Amino acid sequence: MNSLIKTSTSVALVAIAGVLASQPTTSFAADWLQFRGNSATSVANEETLPTELSGTNIAWQIELPGRGVSGPIVVGDQVIVTASSGYSDDRLHVISYDAASGKLAWQRQFEATGRTGCHPKMCVATPTPASDGERVFAFYSSNDLICTDLDGNLLWYRGLGEEFPNASNSLGMSSSPIVIGPTVIAQVESDAEAFAIGVDTISGKTKWKIDRPRRANWTSPTILPGSNGKPALALLQSSEGVSAVDPETGKIIWEFADGASTIPSSTVVGNSIVIPSNGLTTVTPADDGTVEEVWNSSRLSPGTSSPVVMNGMTFTINSSGALTAGDVETGNRIWQLRLKGPFSSTPIASQGYLFFFNEDGFATVVKTTRDEGKIVSELDLGETILCSPAAANDALYVRSDKHLWKFAE
Amino acid sequence: MRWKWVAVCVMTCTVTLPAIPSQAADEIKTLQSVGGEAEGAAAARAARDALVNGGAANLLPILQGFNGSSKLASNWLRSSFEAIADNQLQSKKGLPKEELLAFVRDTTQSPSARRLAYEWLLKETPALEDELIPGMLLDPSADFRRDAVSKLIDQAKDASGKASVAIYEKALQGAVHEDHVRTISEALREAGVKVDIQKHFGFLTSWKIIGPFDNREMAGFAVAYPPETEINPGAEYKGQLGQVSWTAISTEDDYGLVNIAKQIENYKGSAMYATTTFRSEGPQQVQFRLGTPNAWKLWVNGKLIFQREEYHRGSGMDQYTIPVVLKDGANSILLKVCQNEQEQPWAQDYEFQLRVCNATGAAILPKGNRADVSQSK
Repeated sequence: MNSLIKTSTSVALVAIAGVLASQPTTSFAADWLQFRGNSATSVANEETLPTELSGTNIAWQIELPGRGVSGPIVVGDQVIVTASSGYSDDRLHVISYDAASGKLAWQRQFEATGRTGCHPKMCVATPTPASDGERVFAFYSSNDLICTDLDGNLLWYRGLGEEFPNASNSLGMSSSPIVIGPTVIAQVESDAEAFAIGVDTISGKTKWKIDRPRRANWTSPTILPGSNGKPALALLQSSEGVSAVDPETGKIIWEFADGASTIPSSTVVGNSIVIPSNGLTTVTPADDGTVEEVWNSSRLSPGTSSPVVMNGMTFTINSSGALTAGDVETGNRIWQLRLKGPFSSTPIASQGYLFFFNEDGFATVVKTTRDEGKIVSELDLGETILCSPAAANDALYVRSDKHLWKFAE
Repeated sequence: MRWKWVAVCVMTCTVTLPAIPSQAADEIKTLQSVGGEAEGAAAARAARDALVNGGAANLLPILQGFNGSSKLASNWLRSSFEAIADNQLQSKKGLPKEELLAFVRDTTQSPSARRLAYEWLLKETPALEDELIPGMLLDPSADFRRDAVSKLIDQAKDASGKASVAIYEKALQGAVHEDHVRTISEALREAGVKVDIQKHFGFLTSWKIIGPFDNREMAGFAVAYPPETEINPGAEYKGQLGQVSWTAISTEDDYGLVNIAKQIENYKGSAMYATTTFRSEGPQQVQFRLGTPNAWKLWVNGKLIFQREEYHRGSGMDQYTIPVVLKDGANSILLKVCQNEQEQPWAQDYEFQLRVCNATGAAILPKGNRADVSQSK
């Protein structure tokens, strides 16, 4: 165990228990502004989503102009997706649809300025876009970071692939940006060059840029909300662990240095961070800059999907499709349920239900209790789905390489 | 023959387009001035708004502005064009079809801008595809070529015998993408036609190679072994496993793959240098397109062009596109390829493929090497 980690289980348990009382979520109702939602936790307890998925609650289905592993986001009355197309996958699309009708609101195309080569399973439109509610920040595997307003007008354009031509991965990049206050934060990490960057949301200028471990990394940054007068922090995960970074300056506030996965990303529950590290590990940062490990469990190890926390339970799904519920206070395994996998996307958690979409486009809704997980509905959409869905205004949104769906009662 | 055809096409397809109005010219210049770090974004937003307010009259000047612009600037121009074009279609005012059509046909203009105009014209007039695409087999735009080749492949599949072969041979003249060339060459070879894919794509197939040099723990990537300072065909150096000297290596692989692991040995934790000479017909801007799963450095005429330290994250044809300026006559190319010590089965490749082409992806062959790539029996 790394020396930076001071295990103080009793203190941390108190911290988590206090947080649980105020659970379930810190996200804002109505919008779904980035990968895994406003709080980057995949939790949407304010939303009452349709749990009996069927053809009858498909509100609309839209044909998309290109491929995308990126998930949809919802900003006000717009559902915004990115896509990529062309033989070289170098055509970058930002598309907005009216959430109520599914009608096209606007679309813009750009030409990638960076490398577009990817593993065939991925595509250039793999990172999920983000928004601050006024602007859209579309990010791509080519490291093009494009900012538009909510009418599709270009506000600024960063060709990070041109600015830093070695910061690319021949398998493709997937890290989705997050927005904290006036800063959009992106991790651009590969074997050849690796950095994280904080970009001013209004000007597009670099506020900070920090070196990161030079190793291919597909995880996305996460938000540790501010509390007790302390500002929110950006959590940057890599093979070396997790760094908590001041989003304004890029200054590292604390580090967890016991290693972590380079595919599934961490999630946050209150002041604790659930990290795909040595299986699954929960830590709580202390005021003195140290990090206290609460528990570690090799029995809760996630596959590609990121862990989700709801109602005092962690939920992880492994590469063979086994859903495992764990106790968020102790890390003890509670129950398991076999689902039809494989999964690339992270499920949405809402009001005790989990909403899964596997790589073959097979949707599964699982009702969770402390005692068991029970499949309540299944629906075969029949198309490759690798994105993580979005939830807003009591509707569920998901996209394949070909279509975007809205589910609502 | 093929090159004459291109020259004729460029001459006949060039039309005189209107000069850019001065106000639009200022705004377009502002868009062309954007740089890295979002430099010039605020001015670009104002210029874009002015161009959009100017309406359809600015569509053509914006497209003309693509020529010579960076990709970043082109994206600002593109987004301005789309905003105006979108307004035109939403308000049912339509696009200036004849102007845009003339622009699409003008092969001296930016391929990206011509394609942009074409795709917006298609929204109003889908029939343009059949009117324009068949004549774009040798177009400077890879996208237009692709569409033309796709149509010919479909025709060839529907035809039979000599007629099918003739269509495939015609399609091959314009094909610049690997999937098309695979499809066409398979069909032609099945019909008894010889196809030189190496020459079609411009792969460099004859090299001299030396090594292995020490790259254990990947430390050798940064070490300047003697070939980095001199290319002396008769020299002998101390290598990783003893004395090493330059030896000839060539490849018969259709896609120019020089397989060090199979043709020589998969020296773990090693570096190899490969060199060849490209005789250029005059000074010219070209693209080197490299594929390798190994770390690499590339020098042209003694100048380090690019280096990349990534191992076994995938490989493929045209994995890296590297702009290079060649001088007239002999150009020396030196490639350093490094293998690491990973043990996974998927991390054992030690290979590279390198070709010389133009921005469309069509081969640029060395001086005196212009033979046809397909020959019927």
